[in-house]
Amino acid sequence: MENLISIALNSVFVGNILLSYFLGMCSFLAVSRNLATAAGLGVAVVFVMALTTPVNWLIYHGLLAPGALAWAGLPGANLSFLKLILFIAQIAAIVQVIEMVIDRYSPALYTALGVYLPLITVNCAILGASLFMVERNYTFAETLVYGTGSGVGWCLAILAMAAIQKKLRYASVPRGLQGFGISMITTGLIAIGFMLFAGISL
Amino acid sequence: MNGAAVRPWAAVRRTVAYKEIVKALWRANPISKQILGICSSLAVTVQLETALVMSLALTGVTAGSSLAVSLLRRAIPRNIRIIVQVAVIATLVILADEILKAFLFDVSKQLSVFVGLIITNCIVLGRSEAYALNHPPGPAFLDGLANGLGYSSVLMGVAFFRELLGSGKLFGVAVIPEAFYRAGYVNNGLLVLAPGAFIMIGLFVWLEHALLEKK
Repeated sequence: MENLISIALNSVFVGNILLSYFLGMCSFLAVSRNLATAAGLGVAVVFVMALTTPVNWLIYHGLLAPGALAWAGLPGANLSFLKLILFIAQIAAIVQVIEMVIDRYSPALYTALGVYLPLITVNCAILGASLFMVERNYTFAETLVYGTGSGVGWCLAILAMAAIQKKLRYASVPRGLQGFGISMITTGLIAIGFMLFAGISL
Repeated sequence: MNGAAVRPWAAVRRTVAYKEIVKALWRANPISKQILGICSSLAVTVQLETALVMSLALTGVTAGSSLAVSLLRRAIPRNIRIIVQVAVIATLVILADEILKAFLFDVSKQLSVFVGLIITNCIVLGRSEAYALNHPPGPAFLDGLANGLGYSSVLMGVAFFRELLGSGKLFGVAVIPEAFYRAGYVNNGLLVLAPGAFIMIGLFVWLEHALLEKK
């Protein structure tokens, strides 16, 4: 249990998937201009990540890992090189299914999230979380916590960024630094802030 | 002046390939101008070596996928083009990943998941969607190559400063003399950490904008 809590805290703060592993930057920079849309995308990412990472765990450990096909009489098979293509296909499929389900049962949520859902397929944070899960040998419970935690961490970062961008509109930024340049430097400062959590030990 | 020595260069300058590459390196750089593919560019720039390997892998995948998508462009149905492109890219990335594991195992361990993440790098999908889908294979290959090089230029630039100032080395070789350290010089540890990468890229973009404006 302690292990799970520490994974959760680590994935949200210290090992934040955006601020310390740089994943999901593209949509982070594109969508952080407006607080409401940032919140919409953030929630969608939490949702998709919490779902896809555990499903990818099942795929990896049920089909791809070395020796995983022992039940089918192929104990020597190692299909782990296929993980990249299967993971991305699975993410694309789940995003599509979620889109259809939301469209059917909650049209209001669909109009709020609609535009962002397809974008999520190419959000590297989602694929990144699945790949990290394989690399770090998480168990199923750990994966569940890690996937959700990473999503929450990403959501927090984009909300912080959107709020800062709003204030930044009134600042006089040097000409060459406007736009992309100042966003990167602001992100750097947020990252320094998040690093302070590294001092907390449980 | 030294006309004879300059002339072959002048001929190179008039070719399409040269113009494409200069455009991608400078005015339409995928990272600093189009803001694509930043995700992976930051994580691998702590050392020049990893940055170089990553640049080569990405340039190869971009050029290869642009070529493949362009060859297939008449066969790909409009509705499912994204998934076809992703499948092409993923196949190339698996190849790149396996090649790195076979020949450069140490570097591939350091790059960890970031080679796999080339799949979701917006530059690759962006070029094949925006260019390769409606251009013949030759120009498409060139476009992919040029954008790969544009990405590499920023990556190498950032990695150069991060490794030099962060750990006093270039390609793993110490370049800052011992005497400097004895005189009180200290490596800037912040540049090795994640925030250093963000700030470095921000400053880099600033420099580039300032230079472009002067032109």
